[in-house]
Amino acid sequence: MRTGLVGTPIDIAAIAADVASPANGALSLFVGTVRDTNDGRPVDGIEYNAYAPMAERELAEIAREAAAQFGTTHIVIEHRTGYLALGEASVAIAVAHPRRANAMDATRWIIEALKQRVPIWKLEHYTDGTRQWVEHGRGQGAGRPGVVRGAEGRGSSDREVTDA
Amino acid sequence: MQLDVLLFASYADAAGATSVRVSVSDDARVSEVVQAVRTAAPAVHLPARPLVAVNHRYAGADVRVTPSDEVALIPPVAGG
Repeated sequence: MRTGLVGTPIDIAAIAADVASPANGALSLFVGTVRDTNDGRPVDGIEYNAYAPMAERELAEIAREAAAQFGTTHIVIEHRTGYLALGEASVAIAVAHPRRANAMDATRWIIEALKQRVPIWKLEHYTDGTRQWVEHGRGQGAGRPGVVRGAEGRGSSDREVTDA
Repeated sequence: MQLDVLLFASYADAAGATSVRVSVSDDARVSEVVQAVRTAAPAVHLPARPLVAVNHRYAGADVRVTPSDEVALIPPVAGG
């Protein structure tokens, strides 16, 4: 397992290679990228800011929980910080497991847990020169143990998780 | 005791600082620290129950704090 914040572009191929092994017939990879619009506003880029020591601790804890729940230690999570241009990868998660269901479910669970718990914020820069912190209004209750439920949303594909 | 409470993102922007110093009782709990921040930094519009971290872990309102603890107010997170 390897988790952490990175200040330079995420090397997606390297992350996949880190979890790959002949024993694992499934390798699931999720990459979140900077989208060009949010709530109808044209976005120029996003500045990612983290409470670094806590974010690092939460990322490691999420990996440990996923390992226990889905039965694999072949997990890598990297989250970028700093200013990212459109299309750049802000987060990458790779999970390998002998079976695809576990690999894919673990990947999904990790990104949902990350979005709920890890103290990272994004300052969106819009094409008109304005900026705004993105807040989903989930401050209350979010981030506490037990809020992230592993089974929640699993099996459904209609919830958007690719909004970087 | 005095504590320097860490602020981030929208909270830091509103306060114009990355931390705020507060005075609380020696046996203060998280809830008292939050109340002290409301008074010391009224420009930060905290929700009714803001997320708080003590020593890099989310902490409930009843958790006690000591002078050596690192206390942070966590705005709604938006990673990913």
